[in-house]
Amino acid sequence: MADPRDVVIIGSGPAGHTAALYTARANLNPLVLEGEPSSTSDQPGGQLMLTTDVENFPGFVDGVQGPELMTIFKEQAARFGAEYITVKASKVDFSVRPFTVWADDEEHRARAVIVATGARSLMLGLESERRLLGYGLSTCATCDGFFHRGENIAVVGGGDSAVEEAIFLTRFAEKVTVVHRRDQLRASKIMQDRAFANDKIDFRWSAVVDEVLGDGKVSGVRLRDVTSGELSDLPVTGVFVAIGHVPNTDIFRGQIDMDENGYINTHEGTRTNVEGVFAAGDVQDHVYRQAITAAGSGCMAAIDAERWLESQPKTPTNW
Amino acid sequence: MPPDPRRDPLPMSSLTALTDATFEEEINSSDQPVLVDFWAEWCGPCKLIAPILEELATEYDGRLRIVKVDVDESPDVARRYEIMSIPTLVVFHDGVAKKRMIGAKGKGQLVQELAEFL
Repeated sequence: MADPRDVVIIGSGPAGHTAALYTARANLNPLVLEGEPSSTSDQPGGQLMLTTDVENFPGFVDGVQGPELMTIFKEQAARFGAEYITVKASKVDFSVRPFTVWADDEEHRARAVIVATGARSLMLGLESERRLLGYGLSTCATCDGFFHRGENIAVVGGGDSAVEEAIFLTRFAEKVTVVHRRDQLRASKIMQDRAFANDKIDFRWSAVVDEVLGDGKVSGVRLRDVTSGELSDLPVTGVFVAIGHVPNTDIFRGQIDMDENGYINTHEGTRTNVEGVFAAGDVQDHVYRQAITAAGSGCMAAIDAERWLESQPKTPTNW
Repeated sequence: MPPDPRRDPLPMSSLTALTDATFEEEINSSDQPVLVDFWAEWCGPCKLIAPILEELATEYDGRLRIVKVDVDESPDVARRYEIMSIPTLVVFHDGVAKKRMIGAKGKGQLVQELAEFL
């Protein structure tokens, strides 16, 4: 069996890449299990792979495209020797050291692990949603907005992601209806102002999607008013869901402490309850959830891991 | 300005690009099954699977042909096959669409899904 690595990083969004950059520069020869392609936000590059203009990442006066930003992150880390493999970690064992991470039937052993698997978009959880996925119901507005040129579409949700998608989709659609279960948006002020100023955006307040309608492809959504319970149909050809996020922590269940929503608990920086396992980015943060905060915590995890490794005796019998 | 390779990680593809004009002829005349990758420049997940498709094209050489259709440049083909989400992969055999896969997938999963055509 191969010698364990100093550091294995799981995940490759802003947190994973930044942890890779810092640990590579500390000569810790990190291995990054970057994930596998998918059309949800759980994929190499993370949630930014499904976005377009990123206007709030410092250093880019005119903004930058999300996928482009992640390409730059990765190449910067790779320049200092971070090694990437395009596989999705499927199982971990944090009960004994060195730790083990499995991906594609391969076993990777590590003295320290940085978990940066991020979060993915929540879906509605309806049977009709699964049936119509790819036939008008989409997890990727930047990919599929194009197919709704001149048509009416619905965006479900009221946070930044929902409002950003709605604004983006007005490039193609005749009208975008934002369906939100509350009577006001949660999105940031600047995004709200832009949405309210956009003639192509309508709002359906205090409503949830009861059913996605359509036989073969999306023809509308059945909405339920959360106060009156009244049902009404909104004819649309496209439905984009942005109702929140869920952390990608399924494989860590029973291995590290999490809160009731599955976010990893961290303390003293990025430490988890398992000594030698660190967590960074959205996987441990449901409050800030920004590319810049994820990158910052990836840097913290790298420094925490480096210092922890230095403090450990390197006994040949153990590793 | 010269192209900045950092900004365009996948500038060239070795896969044949079919268009509205060439699609029918190429699909109908192939004696191998043909996997068509419906994609576009702006689609992040499409770019993630592009290198996997290149690998598979080499591994399946002579058994399965892999081609691309840019939905932006060839909207008629995309409309005819009711593509509403990209990436969508469609396998054609004897000119008929036999299988449709929606969304980006990892290599292992694609290999499994394509096994029946090899």
